[in-house]
Amino acid sequence: MKCSDFLQELTNYLDGVLDENTKIELENHLSWCHNCYVVCDTTKKTIQIYRDSLPYELPDDLRTRLRSAIMTKCQQQKKRGPQSV
Amino acid sequence: MSAIENKLVGPVSEELALVQAAKRGDDSAFEELVRRYDRNVFRIAQHITQNREDAEDVVQEAFLKAYGNLAQFQEQSKFYTWLVRIAVNEALMKLRRRRPERTVSLDEEIKTEDDSLPREIADWSPNPEQQYNQSELREILSKTIQGLPPGFRTVFVLRDVEGLSTEETAAALELSVPAVKSRLLRARLQLRERLGRYFQKRESGDGNQ
Repeated sequence: MKCSDFLQELTNYLDGVLDENTKIELENHLSWCHNCYVVCDTTKKTIQIYRDSLPYELPDDLRTRLRSAIMTKCQQQKKRGPQSV
Repeated sequence: MSAIENKLVGPVSEELALVQAAKRGDDSAFEELVRRYDRNVFRIAQHITQNREDAEDVVQEAFLKAYGNLAQFQEQSKFYTWLVRIAVNEALMKLRRRRPERTVSLDEEIKTEDDSLPREIADWSPNPEQQYNQSELREILSKTIQGLPPGFRTVFVLRDVEGLSTEETAAALELSVPAVKSRLLRARLQLRERLGRYFQKRESGDGNQ
């Protein structure tokens, strides 16, 4: 496996959907190619950091306010009868 | 099996029962769907629009549209995927309104295949996120993801932050599975490269290099 092949398969590898043979080839490549190992490892960290951080949480008070606004508008819409919004 | 596990968003059968009840006019069932997904929709909208007010609007408009068009919802797909499609469209519309000078679509930025090939290979320090405090880290992550074109950003957010499957992401964005995979790869590699500026191993004081 060449570095370019590794890159092609990286997303499938990180998502755990590679077939067994390709996975073995890829891991064999990673065992001796330091650059690809680093790219793989830091890409995995990138995903993990974003996943763990969830920087845009909806505060409870805003959440309640939004939900009540949504439900009020839904009921108004229902009263007006079916129509495209 | 998977190196990175997906987050599950509630059992599908329960979701379907709520959708069916809401279709029959049970508003408390619809409210439960709002409760179930409002945080996800807000995060997705804020990632795409990068603006909090817009994200709040998107949450309202997406649920209102879903409510108004519930009868059209085909139950073969997940309600959440359908809702995400509505929310993504609303969010992109906001972005277009805000930046009329730039075309914003999921089909833009098809550049050469090499544009996101790794140029910078340097390794990161072992726990890079611990080099920064919480608010610095948030700032870095938010600045970095803002630098991605909206089409890449959206795929990354749905797939990697929200944990939708590749197929669900494709369905929500009306893209093919190979298109989602290719964008995801480029988004991941671009983010990795940009984050590297903050997280790289410092040459001095590190005995490994």
